[in-house]
Amino acid sequence: MAEKATIIVHSGDMDKLYSALIIGNGALAMGMDVSLFFTFWGLQRLEKGGLEKGPLSKMNMLGLGKWMVKKKMKKQNVASLERMIQDFKELGGKILACDMTMDIMGIKPEDLRQDLIGDYCGVGTYLDEARESQITLFI
Amino acid sequence: MAEIKVDCIGETCPVPLVETRKALRKAKEGDIVEVTGNHPSSKKEIPMAVKALGLKLLDVEESGGTWKIRIQR
Repeated sequence: MAEKATIIVHSGDMDKLYSALIIGNGALAMGMDVSLFFTFWGLQRLEKGGLEKGPLSKMNMLGLGKWMVKKKMKKQNVASLERMIQDFKELGGKILACDMTMDIMGIKPEDLRQDLIGDYCGVGTYLDEARESQITLFI
Repeated sequence: MAEIKVDCIGETCPVPLVETRKALRKAKEGDIVEVTGNHPSSKKEIPMAVKALGLKLLDVEESGGTWKIRIQR
């Protein structure tokens, strides 16, 4: 059985979503299985049109900081979050959505990017996967 | 036996690694994947991935900041 990484995407901040997807894609590229569990603010990024909407975790300055960082990223040719998440799917990564967050925030399955989500789940699914993982992260 | 070329010149983390993996997934056994790029860390990390995947690293060349890595599936 392949080694595994499970990552909880709790933050909806743009920079943290980049971290989660870069680590996830890197792990897939190195032959691991990867599951991303989207919960709380992270889950909002899976709403339709929500992927790139996250603020910067520091120095967002009402979006000015984010704009500056995005400009810099474009200059350095950093891939977009959309491309990263498509690569993640293409390499066989699994995306799971927390159903309790959906209830709390009043998010319905049809509000979410169902093209990306493999399943809806609770904490049991995370633990079941995390206990057999070599890497697990909370971002 | 096919030879698949992957151009990652100008690409940064994690694109060279991801594109290498995509090409290796599509390759058939015995095919050769040749990746070129200039992202410094990927030159070290693609061979790490090749080892982790249990594939054969044929060679790694570098000239003037551009590297070329050949892998056999």
